[in-house]
Amino acid sequence: MSPKPVRFRLNGRERALFVEAGRNLLDALREGLGDLTPKYGCGQGTCGSCTVLVDGEPVLSCLMLAEAAEGRAIETLETFDGPELDPLQQAFMDHFAAQCGYCTPGMLMAAEALLRREPDPDREQVVEAISGNICRCTGYEPIVRAILDAAARRAGRGTAGGGGS
Amino acid sequence: MPLAVRSVESFAEAARLLAAEEGARLLAGGTLLMRAVNEGDVRITVIVRCTDPGRELVRREGERVRIGAGVTLSRLARAPEAAFLAPVVRAVGGPAIRNMATVGGNLFAHSPYGDLGTAFLALDARVTLAEGGTGRELALEDFYRRRDHRPPPVVTAVSVLRPRDPAAFRFRKFSRVRPKGASVVAVAAHLPAFGGRLEGVRIALGAMGPTPLRARAAEAALEGRSLGTETAGAAAAAVLDGLRPSSDAIASEWYRRELAPVVMRRLLLAEEPRR
Ligand SMILES: Cc1cc2nc3c(=O)[nH]c(=O)nc-3n(C[C@H](O)[C@H](O)[C@H](O)COP(=O)(O)OP(=O)(O)OC[C@H]3O[C@@H](n4cnc5c(N)ncnc54)[C@H](O)[C@@H]3O)c2cc1C
Repeated sequence: MSPKPVRFRLNGRERALFVEAGRNLLDALREGLGDLTPKYGCGQGTCGSCTVLVDGEPVLSCLMLAEAAEGRAIETLETFDGPELDPLQQAFMDHFAAQCGYCTPGMLMAAEALLRREPDPDREQVVEAISGNICRCTGYEPIVRAILDAAARRAGRGTAGGGGS
Repeated sequence: MPLAVRSVESFAEAARLLAAEEGARLLAGGTLLMRAVNEGDVRITVIVRCTDPGRELVRREGERVRIGAGVTLSRLARAPEAAFLAPVVRAVGGPAIRNMATVGGNLFAHSPYGDLGTAFLALDARVTLAEGGTGRELALEDFYRRRDHRPPPVVTAVSVLRPRDPAAFRFRKFSRVRPKGASVVAVAAHLPAFGGRLEGVRIALGAMGPTPLRARAAEAALEGRSLGTETAGAAAAAVLDGLRPSSDAIASEWYRRELAPVVMRRLLLAEEPRR
């Protein structure tokens, strides 16, 4: 089978590439388009480090057939491309929500999907939103605190405590 | 052999392709199939994408609700016609898995997966297959018996009983990882009561065999009786009757045998586990 052309929007820009049959979206993003923000962890959908948004909803890019992305809007961490860190990224830094950092892009995308749908989530909603993302460093608490704090910062309610400005 | 991807516009066409080609697999949400592809499973030679327009329907049909095979778990959780299934869906995967995983795919998931199928079994599910164009319906139990045959049956939709009393349908899943994880044991029960007596009891167990299974002895211990400590105890004692759960990475056979009666009793008495 010869490679197939696939077109989609990546972080707001029209992109096109050729993919081999059976290639997953994660490979297409990393190797085909050079967007290295989604991480390859397990290739089994278990770790969540490859989480991207497809039409605004979180999916596991390692389990999505690349050609199924045709015509869809894909977002990765590169979606935060301003000169300043997004309040969500800043909250992760301030709360020490990243140690080795490998899960962080997936965590941020899962959190971003939650905050768009639910700008003022409670703790339980945050835990649910990141329940498909594994972190082996932090024990999750700093991540949960960072997401709750990011919601407060975005709503202009200042920081919910735990450092940062 | 290199992989190929084919797109078809109907389930009937997909069924013909699957019958003609030994290595052809239907792609639904891909949460299981793409795992195998990523691992380089050489038995898979053709990935079949299907855009059948009926695949995403959710519709009330009398005392039942009909759910297209391609309905994602996220969509099912939002469907007002199937509100009674929302707690089951919430127990599956994380949000990203639910955005991808489909109802049809869940019927093919091997133990310990298949939580939705367990719930469907308690709700007297009927499975519609794409065969001979018009489709045909069979009981979920019969479907499970031939699920892994070649060529694989192609599922177009599932129809389940809508519990008249929402409280009569109960689902409990016990997993080791919180909030999410594969089932050590899952139990689903439909417990309709008329004048205080249970009538038409159906109990299904997940992760206690290769497919979800009915717990017929437990059903018999409840049928025609009223639900109380004594009958719940009798049903819990009977729940393992005829079952031989397997050991896997999630739990040993011994652990599953210890746990299933406990989860059964908690479900019947609406008890919360001690933490
Ligand atoms: C991290 C992770 C967590 C999970 N957690 C759970 C869980 O908690 N509970 C649970 O039950 N499952 C779980 N699963 C398993 C799986 O996600 C679900 O069972 C899901 O419903 C499978 O559906 P799918 O559409 O993704 O199937 P696919 O991967 O697309 O297909 C699976 C198999 O079924 C066949 N198939 C799919 N649809 C049809 C059809 N209509 N007709 C004929 N054949 C068909 C495919 O050919 C393939 O062989 C998990 C999976 C992962 C990766």
